Amino acid sequence: MSSTQQTLAAGRPMAANRPWRPVWPGGLPIGWRGSEFCWAIAFLVPYLAVFLAFVVYPVAFGLWMGGKPELYAELAADPLYVHTVVNTLLFVGIGVNVKMFLAFLLSGYFTSRSRWIRALLVLYMLPWALPAIPAFLAVHWMLVGKWGFLNSLLETVFGIEGPIWFNSYWLALGANILAYIWKWMPFWTLIFMAGRMAIPRDIYEAADVDGATPVRRFVYVTFPLLAGLYLICTLLSTVWMIGDFTTVYFVSGGAPALTTEVLATLGMHEAFDSGNPPLGVAAVMSALPLLIPLTIVLMRKVHVSGVQL
Amino acid sequence: MSATVIMRATAASDPSPAREAPIPRTRRPRYWVRNVVVETLCLALGFVLIIWSLMPIYNMIMIALSEHGDVFSGDIWPHHPSFQSFVIVWTEGFWYLARFWEQFGNSFFVGLMTMFMTLLIGSLTSFTIGRLRLRHGWLLTNAALLTYVIPASFLAIPFYRIMQIYGMGDNRWSVIAAMVTFATPYAIFIFQQYGKSIPMELDESARMDGATPLQIYVRIYLPLMAPALVAVGTYALLLAWNEYLYQFLLLSSPDVMTVPVALAQFLNSDESPWNYMMATAIVYALPPIIMYYTFRRYMAAGLTMGGVKG
Repeated sequence: MSSTQQTLAAGRPMAANRPWRPVWPGGLPIGWRGSEFCWAIAFLVPYLAVFLAFVVYPVAFGLWMGGKPELYAELAADPLYVHTVVNTLLFVGIGVNVKMFLAFLLSGYFTSRSRWIRALLVLYMLPWALPAIPAFLAVHWMLVGKWGFLNSLLETVFGIEGPIWFNSYWLALGANILAYIWKWMPFWTLIFMAGRMAIPRDIYEAADVDGATPVRRFVYVTFPLLAGLYLICTLLSTVWMIGDFTTVYFVSGGAPALTTEVLATLGMHEAFDSGNPPLGVAAVMSALPLLIPLTIVLMRKVHVSGVQL
Repeated sequence: MSATVIMRATAASDPSPAREAPIPRTRRPRYWVRNVVVETLCLALGFVLIIWSLMPIYNMIMIALSEHGDVFSGDIWPHHPSFQSFVIVWTEGFWYLARFWEQFGNSFFVGLMTMFMTLLIGSLTSFTIGRLRLRHGWLLTNAALLTYVIPASFLAIPFYRIMQIYGMGDNRWSVIAAMVTFATPYAIFIFQQYGKSIPMELDESARMDGATPLQIYVRIYLPLMAPALVAVGTYALLLAWNEYLYQFLLLSSPDVMTVPVALAQFLNSDESPWNYMMATAIVYALPPIIMYYTFRRYMAAGLTMGGVKG
């Protein structure tokens, strides 16, 4: 203990000359007084313990489990896996972009001054407020079988006989994507609404004076100012959607015949139903080549613009 | 600038075309036609959004209110609405629901513990990085940010193994550990962001009076951080309450089971009473809905705090 203090005390004068060293407002360098250092260490121990025990160790364990090249050869030889990769790309690619674009447009709708639109926002937020399982069970039961609610509605109101949704690959995939959009679009709408409200009114006033139409106001004012936020939200949402398990598991459940699985559900399937955990880990780890660049870009963007979600 | 405002005020107060002339606005002939069209479109969009948002929820309520036989009858409203399935849930009158309130308690326990530990660990860490100005504190912030973007489902398989190695299999604390792991990064960001608004002079003067870092943390930092604590606490509680995958993997015996795991048990059979399942789902969804709407302001503030520099 005291030796640590001495080391620190000895190291201090040198370090104090560095320009980035934090200083008191009065200009005095903050000393790392010995007792403070001990307090700092004591305060950090809980998080470091959690980080080592529940982040570093599982990540290392996962890398070790899924590190064997044979596993990837096995996966590549499996047509179901290849199909799942395509599904994941479709699910995430369509889901994220449609969701973010609609959320962006709707954020403009909900920031309008009309009172009943504000009231509507309360209802519109409801899917986001629901826990994931009830929400996705509700969607599943709306579409399931011949006489799910949606088909009954089509029959009663329009006299159309609806399809059996989970018997068709495209309909089931579409149901997964729409369910995800339904659940998460309100959240991103709220984020973009906060973004729009942060834009100073003067800019719009100036645009009005110049005779800008609403479309031009959107294209030349709103969108450029929110482009950074839009990009960060899209990246973050992509990362989350790649890891999304509950939507596909509860809405289509892989139907028809495991053709709509995504990597997250396939991994669980291999690990816990087929009893081959390393293969499951390898399946989810094969998303890393996509995930790591996204994460790097995201972290750089977040640091540059100081955005915190 | 002020000229702009004045011109705009004039335009707003009197939108007649004659007075418009000096203002360089073009192509705005019939205001009322445009307004009616816009208003109609807004109404139509609102109508579509209501149907879009509420249809699955309506279906859930309808199934919960129907009797067992007519779940797939092709009706679009319940012909014989009854609250029987809610009574069954309340009185634990079905064997999947035999310990429903105990499982409800387990969910609350997991949620409250996650909330408490997240707040404690997150605030201690951000206090150290932000207020004690730890050198290389940014390394920890980055590590936390990295954890925030790791998809939880990708870590589930190794996590399951690790919990068995730690001897915490089938234990509520294993779920709490997982939830705290995924909630603390968010807590650290929000606390650091919010903490910047608390003047350092307060810490400094406390230090002059001989306060230890612990006293500064308890007496100054925590009370001033109250709004951020509410935001993050709500987030952590809801994260743990709503999460499914980890609870499903880590909790298997009825003693420790939480509501989402019990709810998913209905799916084990094709002949389950779906009206009971939906009633359970609704009861399970009520606490988070109440929390979302009660703390909406805090949550939105937390989610976007400083989030939009453009």
